[in-house]
Amino acid sequence: MSAFALVKDWLDERFGWAELTKPLRKKTVPMHRLSYWYFLGGITLFLFVIQVCTGILLLLYYRPSANEAFESVQYITTQVQFGWLVRSIHSWSANLMILTAFAHMFSVLFLKAYRKPRELTWITGALLLFLAMGFGFSGYLLPWNTLAFFATKVGTEVAGQVPIVGQWIVIFLRGGEDVTGATLTRFFGFHVAVLPGITTLLLGVHILLVQRFGISVPPSVEEQWKRDPSAAREMKFFPNFALREMIAWYIALGVLGALAALSPWGLGAKADPFVPAPAGIKPEWYFLFMFQTLKLIPAKIWFIDGDLLGVLGFGLAGAVWVLLPFVEGLKWRLARVFVTGLGVFALAYIVSMTIYGYVAK
Amino acid sequence: MSAIHNEIMQTRDGERLRGTASARASQAWFLLAVAIWVAVAMFAASQAHSAALPQAVQSTCVDCHSALDANLKVTGEQYAQDIHAQKGLTCAGCHGGDPTSMEAMDKKKGFKGHIDRKAIPELCAKCHADGAYMRQYNPSLRTDQLAQYKTSVHGKRLAGGDSKVAVCIDCHGVHGIRAVKDPRSKVFPLNVADTCARCHADGKYMQGYPIKHDQFAGYSTSVHHEALTVRGDLSAPTCTTCHGNHGAAPPGVASVVNVCSTCHVFQAQLFESSPHKPAFAAAGLPGCVTCHSNHRIVHPSDSMVGTGPQAVCTECHTQGDAGFVAAGHIKEQLVALQAAIGRSDEVLRRAEESGMEVSQAQLDLTSARDQLTKARVTLHSFTPKKIDDDIKVGQVTAEKTRLAGEKALRERDYRRMGLGISLVTILAMLVGLKLYIGQIERK
Repeated sequence: MSAFALVKDWLDERFGWAELTKPLRKKTVPMHRLSYWYFLGGITLFLFVIQVCTGILLLLYYRPSANEAFESVQYITTQVQFGWLVRSIHSWSANLMILTAFAHMFSVLFLKAYRKPRELTWITGALLLFLAMGFGFSGYLLPWNTLAFFATKVGTEVAGQVPIVGQWIVIFLRGGEDVTGATLTRFFGFHVAVLPGITTLLLGVHILLVQRFGISVPPSVEEQWKRDPSAAREMKFFPNFALREMIAWYIALGVLGALAALSPWGLGAKADPFVPAPAGIKPEWYFLFMFQTLKLIPAKIWFIDGDLLGVLGFGLAGAVWVLLPFVEGLKWRLARVFVTGLGVFALAYIVSMTIYGYVAK
Repeated sequence: MSAIHNEIMQTRDGERLRGTASARASQAWFLLAVAIWVAVAMFAASQAHSAALPQAVQSTCVDCHSALDANLKVTGEQYAQDIHAQKGLTCAGCHGGDPTSMEAMDKKKGFKGHIDRKAIPELCAKCHADGAYMRQYNPSLRTDQLAQYKTSVHGKRLAGGDSKVAVCIDCHGVHGIRAVKDPRSKVFPLNVADTCARCHADGKYMQGYPIKHDQFAGYSTSVHHEALTVRGDLSAPTCTTCHGNHGAAPPGVASVVNVCSTCHVFQAQLFESSPHKPAFAAAGLPGCVTCHSNHRIVHPSDSMVGTGPQAVCTECHTQGDAGFVAAGHIKEQLVALQAAIGRSDEVLRRAEESGMEVSQAQLDLTSARDQLTKARVTLHSFTPKKIDDDIKVGQVTAEKTRLAGEKALRERDYRRMGLGISLVTILAMLVGLKLYIGQIERK
C-alpha cells in the first residue's frame, strides 16, 4: 500500500474522509465552447494564494512606520536573499489578480452566470473585487515612496466628497487631517489584518456557494442542450478539470516569474511630505477610470459640486452593479437586455477611460 | 389733534385729504433721505480718495505740474508711487515753497525751483545722512551714503566740477523714487546693471572718460548675469556687488581677490597660500580676473585648465617649465575622474533601466561628483598634490559605484538565467500535465 493510501485510510478511519470529499468527487464541470472562461475564477484564487504567501514573507522584514518603511522595502529589495523576487511577485501578482478578477466578473456577467439561484455568488464576488481594490489602495502606500504618498493623498481626498460623513471618512482613513506616518500604520493594519479577515470570510462563502450551486451553463448552450440532450458534455472536477486548472496556474506562474525577472517592481524615491506633488500624478490602473472621470467632470454642474456628483455617481453605479442579478429578476421585459447592455457599456467605459487616463497629461 | 383726526376720518373728503397729506409727507421724507444718502456717499468717496493719495499729491504743485511737459511734468499717480510721498513728505522737502497754497513758488517761503545737479547729493544727505531723522522712517537704513559717495569716482569727479557723472537721482530716479526692495526700483538687484549701463554702455556719453564701455555687454554673457536673471538668484553679483553702490569705484589690482572672496571664500583662501599669489603680485596681475576675466566671467570649465588651446595656464606658462607640466597633470587628473564618473553613471543607468535597485550606488556616485567639484576648488591652491588627493578619493568612490553597477548587471543576468530555467521547468510541467490528462481521459 502506498504512503498516500495509508494517510487516506488513516484520515478516513478517523474523520470519514471519503464521506467528506464525496461531493467533490461527484462534482462535474460542463464542457462546451465557452468552458475556458471557467478558469478565470481559479486563476484569481491562485493569485490570491500567492499574495498571501508572498505577503507573509514580506512581513518578516517590512516595518510599518514613516521612518522605516521605505528603508525596509529597500532592504528587502537589495539585501534579502530573493527579497526582490518576493516583492516583485507580490506587486505583479496583485495587479494580475485584479485584472483576472475583473475578467472573471465580466465573463460571469456575459455568460449570465449570476442568475437565480446564484445571486449571492455574484454579490460576494463583486464585494471581493472591491476588497481586492482596497488591498491595492492600502498596499500601494506601504513602500512610502513619493508616488504612493501623493496618490494616497489624492485618493483619500476623494472620499471626503461623500456627503455628511465624507470628512469623517477622510480622518478615519488618514488617522488625522493629513497623510502622515499614522496613515501608513493604519493602512498597514487594513492591508494585513482587516481586509484579509473579511476577504477570507467572503471568499469562503463565495467558494462554498460555487460548490453548492455548481457551475452555470450559459443560456445559449443550455438551450442548445435542451434541443439536443445528446450534445450535453461534462467532465469530472477531480481530476480532469483540476488538472486543466493547474495548467492555467502554471502559465500564470510563468507570466509572474517573467514579469518579476524582466521588469522588477520599482521602488522610487522616499516620500517627502514637504515637497510639491510630482506633475501628472496618477493612481494605479484599476482606479484610473474613476480618476479620469472625476478629472473630466466640471467643477460645478448646475449648483451641485462636480466631485460630489462624481463620487455619488460611482457609489450609485457600484450599488446597482452589486444588485444586478435582482435587476434581471424584475418583471420587466427588457431587464435581460438592460443588464447585458449595462455590462457592455461598463466594460467599454472602463477600458476607454483607463486608456484615456494613461494618455492624458 | 385726536378730535380733528376723528372728524377727518368721519368724512370721505377727509379721507382723501388725509391720504394726500400722508403721500406728500412720505415724498418729502424720501427726498430728504436720498439727499442725505448722496451727501454721505460723496463725502465718503472724497475721504476714500484722500486716503488713497498721499498728502503731497493734493498739493498745488501737482495740480500745475501734472499739466506741464517734459522734465517739469509730475503726475499725481507718478508721485503717489514715490517712497517719500508715501511717508508723508511733500514737494517742499526738496524744493521749498508752500504746496498748500497757490503761492507755492513763493521765494519768500523758501522756494528753490530747479536744483543744480552738483547740489543734489548734499540735498539728499540733508535727511539721509541724519541718523536721528532717518530712524523715524527706517531705523535700519544706512546714513553714510554721502560719505561713501564722496569716495566714489562719481563723487570725486562731481567735486572736481564734472556734472555728467551720476548723482543720486540718476540711479534712484527723481519724482518716482521707489524703495530698493521694490522690483520696479531702478536699483533693485535685477535692474542695477541696466541702470549702470544707461551711462556706462553709452559710448558717446562715456567719451572723454578713460574707461571702456563694454562692461555691460561682457556682464550680460557672464555666469553671474545668468544666475541673477535666469535662475532668479537675487544674491548673485551685479555691478554694485563688486564695485560698491554709493562708493562705486573699480577695485584695485590688490583688492580684486578680496572682492571675489566675499562669495568665493574657499577659492580665495587657497589662492592666498598658493604659489601664484606672490607670482601674480610680482607681475602686477590682479588675482582672480587674470584667469576668469572681470565682467565677462563665463562658466568655468576644465578646458580652462591644462595646456590645451582654451587653457588659460598657457598664457603665462610655456612648454618645459614646471607650471606647464603641473597644468597638464592637473587637467589629466580632472579628466580621469570625470571619465570614471561617466563610466559608473553609464553602468548604473543600464542597471536601473533593467529594473535593478541601484539607488544607493547612485547616491554614492553623487559624492564622487562632489569630490570632482572639490578638486576644481582645490585647483586654486595650484598645488598638484592637494588636487591629486581629492581626485583619488573621487576615483575610489566612482570605482566602488561602478562595481556596484556591474554587480547589479550580473545579478540581472543571473535572474534571467533563473527565469529561463523556471520557464523550461514550467513548460515541461505543462507538457507532462497535458500528456497525463490525455492518458486518464483515454481510459
